[in-house]
Amino acid sequence: MNRTPVLEARDLRVRRGGTEVLAINSFTLHENETVALIGPNGAGKSSLMLTLAGLLEPASGQLLFRNEPLPTGSAATGYRRRIAMVFQEPLLFDTTVFGNVAAGLKIRGIPPGEIRDRVDATLRRFRIAHLAQRSARKLSGGEAQRTSLARAFATRPEVIILDEPFAALDPPTRQLLTDDLEQVLREWRTAAILSTHDQGEALRLADRMMVMNNGAIVQSGPPSEVMNRPATEFVAAFVGMENIFSGTTTTTVGGLLSLEIAGTHLEFMGDGVPGENVVFCIRPEHVTVSVGTPESHTSARNVFPGRIVRIVPLGLYQKLYLECGFTLVAAVTNQSLQELQLAPGSPVFASFKATAVHLFRSG
Amino acid sequence: MEVLFQGIREALRLLLTFDKEVLSITLLSLKVSGLATLISVGVGMGGGTAVALTEFPGKRLLVSVVNTGMGLPPVVVGLFVTVMLWRNGPLGQWEILYTPTAMVIAQTVIAAPIVMGITIAAIQNLPPNLKLQILSLGASRPQMLLLLVREARLPLLAAVMAGFGGVISEVGASIMVGGNIKGYTRVLTTATVMESGKGNFDTAIALGIILLTLCFGINYLLTVVQQRERPR
Repeated sequence: MNRTPVLEARDLRVRRGGTEVLAINSFTLHENETVALIGPNGAGKSSLMLTLAGLLEPASGQLLFRNEPLPTGSAATGYRRRIAMVFQEPLLFDTTVFGNVAAGLKIRGIPPGEIRDRVDATLRRFRIAHLAQRSARKLSGGEAQRTSLARAFATRPEVIILDEPFAALDPPTRQLLTDDLEQVLREWRTAAILSTHDQGEALRLADRMMVMNNGAIVQSGPPSEVMNRPATEFVAAFVGMENIFSGTTTTTVGGLLSLEIAGTHLEFMGDGVPGENVVFCIRPEHVTVSVGTPESHTSARNVFPGRIVRIVPLGLYQKLYLECGFTLVAAVTNQSLQELQLAPGSPVFASFKATAVHLFRSG
Repeated sequence: MEVLFQGIREALRLLLTFDKEVLSITLLSLKVSGLATLISVGVGMGGGTAVALTEFPGKRLLVSVVNTGMGLPPVVVGLFVTVMLWRNGPLGQWEILYTPTAMVIAQTVIAAPIVMGITIAAIQNLPPNLKLQILSLGASRPQMLLLLVREARLPLLAAVMAGFGGVISEVGASIMVGGNIKGYTRVLTTATVMESGKGNFDTAIALGIILLTLCFGINYLLTVVQQRERPR
């Protein structure tokens, strides 16, 4: 990936209604990169995006676009003509789909012939050419958001900012639109910032993931790193690490740390010393459930007998709550559940590898 | 009922024979109310859009005042403008009382709050992020305002219709500041009042029908403009 920075923020502070809503020490978006912002409601994702789009004036700090400070006031129009933003609502104009997609180009004073060519090409790219003359008021949710995306991409922005663009769509429509967006981002090599509550979407589209909380970026890194090696307990909980425990390490043997929790002995990889207070977590997907004892046939360092307390169906997989002296959450496929005939009350063995445990120091 | 039919017959006669007096009264009505509406659109839409898009202390109070202004009784406006333009009044040196100009001023005072109130509601009713969306498309501030007005064009044209309807049909202010002077400040409403006062119901009804036809014609034109360009 090209590591040339396109958009940067340094020591950024933003206030809204007298309250500081953003305190970003450092943010960088590189050429051709897609950054996903995740975080709970009110974390500051939208404020950050509006600020990066030049629509919200920072109280202090530096914003750079291609190493130049972002212009303010009426001069910001020139900057905004090099970027584009898509909101959660399509916010279409009361005209045809063609008229909507042409809007940004008309604003830029591009000649009508060129507008027609560019709009036609963009409509085809987003597979809405057949809707060109339809009123924007008569579109389905998916079609409307496609039109909104096409309107933003028609201007060929250097950066596209997508503020939860698919949040209001049903899952199949969302899937289709994510497919198309992924292709367009790759083909047109547009640097993008995407905020989403859907971690699957973020994992799929993003080169880098940033977790926000209370107006700050609390972790930034490749998606797999954020998902599997959260930096804080908050991030761990937010990215679905349901098995979060705290305790004091006891021994270190051959690079493995030991810890006792509710009388059960756990082993895991990590750089630490005995007597240290730590928080550790395990993703439910990394916990294996078996009905017979796997102890002598497994490389997993942690095997516990237990009992299924509760099963929660979640579509393609099921979540099992296991009582092993402590509560452990495991994710299993529907097929495994059926084949192993798992039910509440079933005695099982839960196991996970020492490498599946992620550790961080408790604050 | 006979009086009504007679009035309709009289209206047709006056219209078909291009009665000079009726024609001049109608033209003056159109001129005064049209000009007042035009000024109100400039003041009301400009001011209304600015109020709707800006946050400032006392905004609620101002909007309440404007909304109250939407229901200003024409006679009160007439009284206020008369006092202002009276020989010894603050604007007495203008010497425009009992002139069409005074009527335009009075009608503007009536129509401007109507246009402004509807404009504020129309612009505020647009999606809150639309302004940001337009700016993010690269629009300058004037382009953004034009696009917002375009998006609110249906209620804004309704504002024009309401403003025009409010002034073409008012009589209190026109009679007070215009004086209903024959051939100079006599308009359709003041003439109707005068004719019915004299017991000339057929002429009064004829003038009323002309007024209604005029209102319908103008509103029909505005409706055509309002509904035009709406994609199917």
